[in-house]
Amino acid sequence: MKPKSLVNIGDYGRDDIFRILESAARFKQESDRDLLRGKVCATLFFEPSTRTRLSFETAVSRLSGRIIGFSDSATSSAAKGESLKDTIVMVSNYADLIVMRHHLEGSARYASEISTVPVINAGDGSNQHPTQTMLDLFTIYETQGSLENLTITVVGDLKYGRTVHSLIQGMSYFNPTFNFVAPEELHIPDKYKLFCDKRNIPYREFTDFAPEAINSADILYMTRVQKERFTDLMEYEKVKNVYILRDRMLANSKENLKVLHPLPRVNEVNQDVDANPKAYYFEQAKNGMYTRQAIICDLMGVES
Amino acid sequence: MGKELQVAALENGTAIDHIPTAAVFKVVSLLKLQKLDNRITIGNNLKSKKMGSKGIIKVSDKFFREDELNRIALVAPNVNLNIIRDFEVAEKKKVVLPDEIVEIMKCNNPKCVTNNEPMKTRFHVIDKEKVELQCHYCELKIKKEEVELK
Repeated sequence: MKPKSLVNIGDYGRDDIFRILESAARFKQESDRDLLRGKVCATLFFEPSTRTRLSFETAVSRLSGRIIGFSDSATSSAAKGESLKDTIVMVSNYADLIVMRHHLEGSARYASEISTVPVINAGDGSNQHPTQTMLDLFTIYETQGSLENLTITVVGDLKYGRTVHSLIQGMSYFNPTFNFVAPEELHIPDKYKLFCDKRNIPYREFTDFAPEAINSADILYMTRVQKERFTDLMEYEKVKNVYILRDRMLANSKENLKVLHPLPRVNEVNQDVDANPKAYYFEQAKNGMYTRQAIICDLMGVES
Repeated sequence: MGKELQVAALENGTAIDHIPTAAVFKVVSLLKLQKLDNRITIGNNLKSKKMGSKGIIKVSDKFFREDELNRIALVAPNVNLNIIRDFEVAEKKKVVLPDEIVEIMKCNNPKCVTNNEPMKTRFHVIDKEKVELQCHYCELKIKKEEVELK
């Protein structure tokens, strides 16, 4: 059975992932289509996220759908103390689909249980952000021609990095090999290592940004080491410049390597990488819109 | 002189024996014994050959439903449960953790939606042997020793 809502990347099996990827590829060929005429999509951003919200709203607009919603809980009735349940019940009376970002973990699952229309999780705290994962998978598929048997090196904040955790989950069907590159303080949590062990997914851990981790990779997935993750700012100062990718470091990398980053970046991908044809993060961000068009249509039962 | 009874015998009711001492009052709370008018004997830090020290709870004239008793498995999966009729053990039971725990415990994640909205908690039991649970909402995994009752 097709899932009704997208809350967790685990809601999608292998077949669901391929259905979305193929649909996203069609949207990339032609993104302006009249598929959502007469439909109303609600974007409920209890926590601001301009990039994600604009990507969803553009996805809907280019398909002729209409958008209602708010971009900050200060301008919603949550500021008056309305429960999440009441907000969702009310909005699902108005809209055909709900896109929601909320700072509370599990809020999207809860909303999907209350709502009478499909719910797309656009981020629930540090828990899940499945459309980011789908756009990552689409970008990997697009650049490598397959999702199978790839070596993926992930770099940066692997402890709190939600995109990394979901990427491991999303790639798990496709026999990947992972290199985890992170400072001691932000290394990959044991539960994801256990996840890999259980599925016989090979991985190696690095604390330095070793050439080997770059040169063996098909995908180099960079993430930001965020200052706000550190309780000890001295620690942050120590590690903040260790995991910076520079153009010269890509000299001996594989031909098919692509550098991805969920954005926004600060300095972890040096600007001199931007001109390298292996840099693909801006195209990856653009892919977000096509992937979201595919997910929205899929959940609304609109043929695409 | 014969063996001294540590806790008085029960004529009719439920006797829960071999409760780990740390779990006795959690069992009290799980079975909502504080709300009963029945005669209740609670013993704790009693000598036990098997466990060193143990707790015991006897509730007169009360026969709990299966799902009520199974809650105990959350904090004390290996208790001896005896249904007593006319001073005799009429039935021995084992407590079994259900596949899902609704409402009786809380999620340990302060940022979980269940701790911030007026709603029921819900947990999937992912390991019945070790008592490991996962929040249905925020997906946090909780071990037996971390279980906090509501």
